[in-house]
Amino acid sequence: MEKRIRVLVAKPGLDGHDRGAKVVARALRDAGFEVIYTGLRQTPEQIAEAALQEDVNVVAMSILSGAHPHLFPKVVNLVREKGMKDVLIIGGGVIPETDIPALKEAGIAEVFTPGTPTSDIVEFIKANV
Amino acid sequence: MDIAEELLKGNRLALSRAITAIENEYDEALDIMKKLYPHTGHAFVLGITGPPGAGKSTLTDKLAKAYRAQGKTVGIIAIDPTSPFTGGAILGDRIRMNSLTMDEGVFIRSMGTRGSLGGLSHKTADAVKAMDAFGKDIIFVETVGVGQSEVDIVKAADTTMVVLIPGMGDDIQAIKAGILEIGDVFTINKADHDGADKLVREMNMMLDLDGMMTDWRPPIQKVIASQGEGITETIENIAKHFKYISENGILTKRRTERSKNEMMDVLHNNIGSYITKKLVETGELDKYVEQIKARETDPYTVVGNIMKDMLK
Repeated sequence: MEKRIRVLVAKPGLDGHDRGAKVVARALRDAGFEVIYTGLRQTPEQIAEAALQEDVNVVAMSILSGAHPHLFPKVVNLVREKGMKDVLIIGGGVIPETDIPALKEAGIAEVFTPGTPTSDIVEFIKANV
Repeated sequence: MDIAEELLKGNRLALSRAITAIENEYDEALDIMKKLYPHTGHAFVLGITGPPGAGKSTLTDKLAKAYRAQGKTVGIIAIDPTSPFTGGAILGDRIRMNSLTMDEGVFIRSMGTRGSLGGLSHKTADAVKAMDAFGKDIIFVETVGVGQSEVDIVKAADTTMVVLIPGMGDDIQAIKAGILEIGDVFTINKADHDGADKLVREMNMMLDLDGMMTDWRPPIQKVIASQGEGITETIENIAKHFKYISENGILTKRRTERSKNEMMDVLHNNIGSYITKKLVETGELDKYVEQIKARETDPYTVVGNIMKDMLK
């Protein structure tokens, strides 16, 4: 059987809006990926542990609350600490352009802001896993 | 890293990688399984099945917590359907189990059915073995939401729990064959909804008419999983069933049957893939397909000849 790309779609932090995350999850499913969806209000520790247990290739996070400068890098560090060096970590949500360079510096491979076609996310994952 | 060795030492990432290798049928999976096999056979395997939305994941979450309170370690394999069109899947069982994620004594793995129709995936049994070798005391196997005939879980589990909810149909549904025949323990979840008592009565009537019933009459427990009601009783029912099958030689029989199935599965797979590989390499496969399509021969004769040739 061929390798199947597994993606953890997670919502770190406290904002209660997961419509975007669900739309992305659905698009990734339709692209033939196995999407592990963990729901709202996850701590970075929970996300990293779920990524380990599910042996995912990609962690995709969505944040609308503005907590991304704190939470995204924290997840990157925790995932790497667990020995998952090659997991692709991407982010999305309401994220100001000016914040993106710092996030990339911290290990977020790409940031997708509102208006991004879901096919861009699929293509990015296919090209980088 | 040597995955099997690290897994046996208790490395969680190694357990995770082992399951991936098994699921994707990587070449190294065979070697991993060989090394793990001697360490299996200790865990109690609890199957949880029932229709979509019956509350299997919520129930699994609550039962897992109860076992953790008893000091037992828990593995959970949660299966959700794979799309037959894209091969993709949304695996959402963890949503109900988030509070277990940070408990080091619990390991949860989501699996897609990947084309299997029996309620499990083809590789579920091997994933159970990986968790067993890792040292989990209790392994939950939560099937996809099932209809009436997805009964593979009985082959994988020591005790099978069927979760039902009120309002799924009239009482003729209860006398149909299929998943209602495989329950060692029944749970009526969402028991605060209308029709729970009626469902219990119907289930009891079904059991009254069961001519094949052994000394074990499957208990029927009303539960409200989301509020934790009926969980203690359910744990007791499972324990009673396990005691019953242990004392009556049924457990040994089931495990013997399982060993036989394992052996036969490997045999079928290996012989099948060996012959297929040969046929592809020599180009014979295409030749035979053309001949069958043109009705010059038939699949039965072709396979008969292949077997005569290859299995001499």
